[in-house]
Amino acid sequence: MRILSALILRELKALFYSPIAYVVLGLVLALSGLNFYLIVSAFSAGPTPVTVVEAFFNTGAFWFSFFAIFPLITMRLYAEEFRLGTYELLQTAPVRDWQIVFAKFTGAYLFFLLLWLPTALYFGIYRWIAREQAAPALGNYFGTYVLLALMGALFVSVGCLASVLTKNQIIAAILSFVALAVIFNFSILGFVVPNLSPASRRVLSYFSSVEHMYEFNRGILSTRPVVYYLSGALLLQYLTYAVLQYRRWKF
Amino acid sequence: MMIEVEQLTKRYAGHSAVDNLSFTVARGEVVGFLGPNGAGKTTTMRILSCFLPATSGTARVAGFDVFSQSLEVRRRVGYMPENTPLYADMRVEEFLTYRAALRGLDSTRAQRRLGDVLDLCSLRDVNRRIIGHLSKGYRQRVGLADALLHEPELLILDEPTIGLDPGQIREVRELIHRLGGKHTVLLSSHILPEVEAACSRVIIINRGRIVASGTPAELIRQSRSVDVLRVELNAGPADASAALRELPGVGEVASAGEAEGWMSFHLGVAAGADPREAIFQLAMTRGWKLRELSRRTPSLEEVFVDIIHADHR
Repeated sequence: MRILSALILRELKALFYSPIAYVVLGLVLALSGLNFYLIVSAFSAGPTPVTVVEAFFNTGAFWFSFFAIFPLITMRLYAEEFRLGTYELLQTAPVRDWQIVFAKFTGAYLFFLLLWLPTALYFGIYRWIAREQAAPALGNYFGTYVLLALMGALFVSVGCLASVLTKNQIIAAILSFVALAVIFNFSILGFVVPNLSPASRRVLSYFSSVEHMYEFNRGILSTRPVVYYLSGALLLQYLTYAVLQYRRWKF
Repeated sequence: MMIEVEQLTKRYAGHSAVDNLSFTVARGEVVGFLGPNGAGKTTTMRILSCFLPATSGTARVAGFDVFSQSLEVRRRVGYMPENTPLYADMRVEEFLTYRAALRGLDSTRAQRRLGDVLDLCSLRDVNRRIIGHLSKGYRQRVGLADALLHEPELLILDEPTIGLDPGQIREVRELIHRLGGKHTVLLSSHILPEVEAACSRVIIINRGRIVASGTPAELIRQSRSVDVLRVELNAGPADASAALRELPGVGEVASAGEAEGWMSFHLGVAAGADPREAIFQLAMTRGWKLRELSRRTPSLEEVFVDIIHADHR
């Protein structure tokens, strides 16, 4: 336990000691602030069929900032330690590989969760200024943030795997960016391709984060996305662990 | 036995970095690992510290196999890698506290050991500084402090003095000397006087194999390098070098310069022979003036160069 908490704390510190944390925080705050401003402006123009929360999490600005942060948060996790040789210190300490994998994931994941806390503030501000709820029920907030947490788990894991494969941070960032772009395109394929068979549309919807957001925004917690994100995250973490084991034993 | 290495081989695509290496190190020994660049020193040390797996053969540390009981080995080894990689963004004290936690030291023991290693490595005055801002010498000492934190039974130091200035080298040497006895130390170095001063035993490896092993004195005794006599005399017009060559026990005679009638010679001397008296007598009978006559045994450095040279032939 002491080892794990020391490792996780180290990961968090490494993020905040580097400019990356502040760049990402700035990016997310700027884009979500802009996003919020645009939505509130649109809402004040006339009645709309959606709630503020639904609108907020379904714009291009949101999805862009959401997908752009993962490569930035995760690229240095392993790649930097490999390049600087500090991984030699870590690997020769009495620390198990799964502890390293768990700590690196948790560090990046906690930072990811932290990024979305300020958005809750926006809805409070909205309620205070406009004197109406940003969403009709607590379930809307709950569903939305649960989905954010679920998506984060999977996408941080994509970044972890990309970073463990190389000692070059830029390559790690590009790898995870490409992987996430593919995942995101699968998300919107169902909307942009006109003549899809119902079966393929159904299959695509299982992987579509955009559609999941649609559901969870309304407070509908379906188990399929939960299973998808958690099992995907676990699989990728296992692959990351396998790469570390391979490095240790088969180099 | 602290280290038992048996027929250890590490093969990379195409070539062997370590080739069928076998040696043992007893508890409390300070052993110097010598060899030219690429001889396999770092690879061997990395295998012993569980950073690299061997291709074949076994290595045991304190009785534990480095492959199958790696965690036990890692608990007992303090390893300082080549070039001392450190987290440049952390402060010295913060880094050492973190490393103590990784080694599973409880906070009381971690605090006590932190104080100990800060004193031992003279890091007190920089313990709040950011590691990235420290000079090479300080960083080297932070690496050493890290390796010492958990009072390891075995210390593996890969080039602990590389990049240090002479004063720092002496400090590190003295530190290693103090550590011997309490810890078993395996260190590699390029600086041979260094090894001669700090180590109780030397293992010379070349191209992945052991080519010589023993105490520095033993190695010098066994080597093919010969003692050298330095003679400086004024023989006037006479041929001094021919006369010297005829003395019993004198091998090669090389002229080492001449100035204002004074001639210097370097004389190779066969093992066990000492022709110094004969040279003095020679000078007396011929009426030569003699102003230098000194004997020098080869240094470990010469022995090393000789051994490596012989191995490549």
